[in-house]
This record gives sequence, C-alpha cells and structure tokens, in this order.
Amino acid sequence: MTMANRTALGRVRGLGSAKEGAHHWINQRITSGSNLVLMLWLVISLARLPGYDFDSITRWLHSPWAAIPMVLLIVSVFYHFRLGLQVVIEDYQHDESRFVLLLLLNFFTVGAAAIAIFSVLKIAFTGTPA
Amino acid sequence: MATARNVNRPLSPHLQIWKWGPHMLVSILHRATGSGMATVGTVLLVWWLAAAASGKEAYQTFTDVMGFYGLGYILGTGLSLCFFIHMANGIRHWFMDVGANFELKGNKTSSIAVLTFGILATIAYWAYLIWGK
Repeated sequence: MTMANRTALGRVRGLGSAKEGAHHWINQRITSGSNLVLMLWLVISLARLPGYDFDSITRWLHSPWAAIPMVLLIVSVFYHFRLGLQVVIEDYQHDESRFVLLLLLNFFTVGAAAIAIFSVLKIAFTGTPA
Repeated sequence: MATARNVNRPLSPHLQIWKWGPHMLVSILHRATGSGMATVGTVLLVWWLAAAASGKEAYQTFTDVMGFYGLGYILGTGLSLCFFIHMANGIRHWFMDVGANFELKGNKTSSIAVLTFGILATIAYWAYLIWGK
C-alpha cells in the first residue's frame, strides 16, 4: 500500500504533537522550585550544625526532621540535574556518542540516588552511636 | 542528523563577534555552575552520606581527604559559589519564563545583581561558618 492511497487523516495520525513537548521544560521548572526550598534548608542546616564530625552528622541525620528533607532533596535535585545535563549533552554531542552519554547519565543519576537515599535511611533507621 | 556540515558554505556569525555582556556571562555560568554541582557536588554529597552511613572509619577517610591541603575548603567555597549563582540566576529565569525582564536595561541589571549576590552570599556564608559560630 503506497502513501498516496491513504486518507489525509491516516497520513498525519501519529506524527503530530503527542502533548509531551513541554514535559521536560515544565518538570525542570517544578523541581527548580522544590530545589530552592530544599537546598536553602540544607545550606542553613549545615551552617547551624554544632560540628561536622561523625557523631554530629549521624545524630543530625538520625532525626526525621533531617532525614526526610534530605531524601526529598536527593529526589528533587537529582531529577533536576538529570534534566539539565541531558540538555548539555544534546547541545554538544551530535553523533552516536549522544545516546551512550544519555544512557550513562541515567545510570549515574539513578545509581548515585540509590546510594545516597540508602545511606540516609540507614542512618535514620539504625540509630546513632551511644 | 547534524553531523555533516557543508564546508563550502559560510558559518553564521557566532560567539567571537559579539561584545560580551553580563547577560551572556550569567547565561553560560548557569550551565557551568549547574554542570559543576551535578558532577563534583553529586560525587561529594554521595560520598559524604555513604561514609557517614558506613561508620566512623569510612567517615574518617572522608574527612582526611577533605583536610588534604584544604581540599574541603576549595570544594566547599567553589560549590557554594556555584549554588548561590545558580540559585539567583534560576530566580531571574523564573521572571524570563513568564515573559518579563527582557528589556535590555533590566536584563543587564539583574545579570549583574546575580553575580554580585553570588559572590557576596558566598563570602557571608563562609564568614559565618568560620567566625560566626
């Protein structure tokens, strides 16, 4: 069946807007808002910590008031930087290396997030040194 | 794909012919600071959290490396400068996202304000960390 024999609707169906064009852009803006709140929380919390030794850090992250915003921060910030680095790769890589780098970016983001979230939860659930 | 360029055709005027302004500087700095935090900052954050979760010895290794010739201070001031610039310019971008602040004067002023805030906030933050506590 050649294209000429198809109806006008049949030729364009599936080629138009999938209503997903702004998805990346919108999510980057949404996470910029959550990042602002969560990163200011982190920066202020770090400044107000009594010390940066092992006991101070684990005692701080043992509290749900630190562990929960820290997990939220990891999700929000990591998703935001994944979207941002995707655009950087798309702007500068024009051949097959683009696909390899985008794949590596996904592995890097998910892997780093898994380690970070697990670490926070481990401190939160298993407690601080006596 | 955009791989092949016809070498017989001229290139359009590009980076080298424009007179640099603060708006161009904060634009590329937004990408640079974001990429810097996404790579160096992420590795540092993940290592710090994983070290704290692993125990005293692993955390000691982390602090030892950070104490190596002031490496922690270099990374800390660099990342905080990146954060404050990226944050201020991100807020500036919110206005541009809704179509505001494209007038030349306002755009230039806000670009200079982003850079000024980034530097002053970093100095104030570290002054508090070192002398304020």
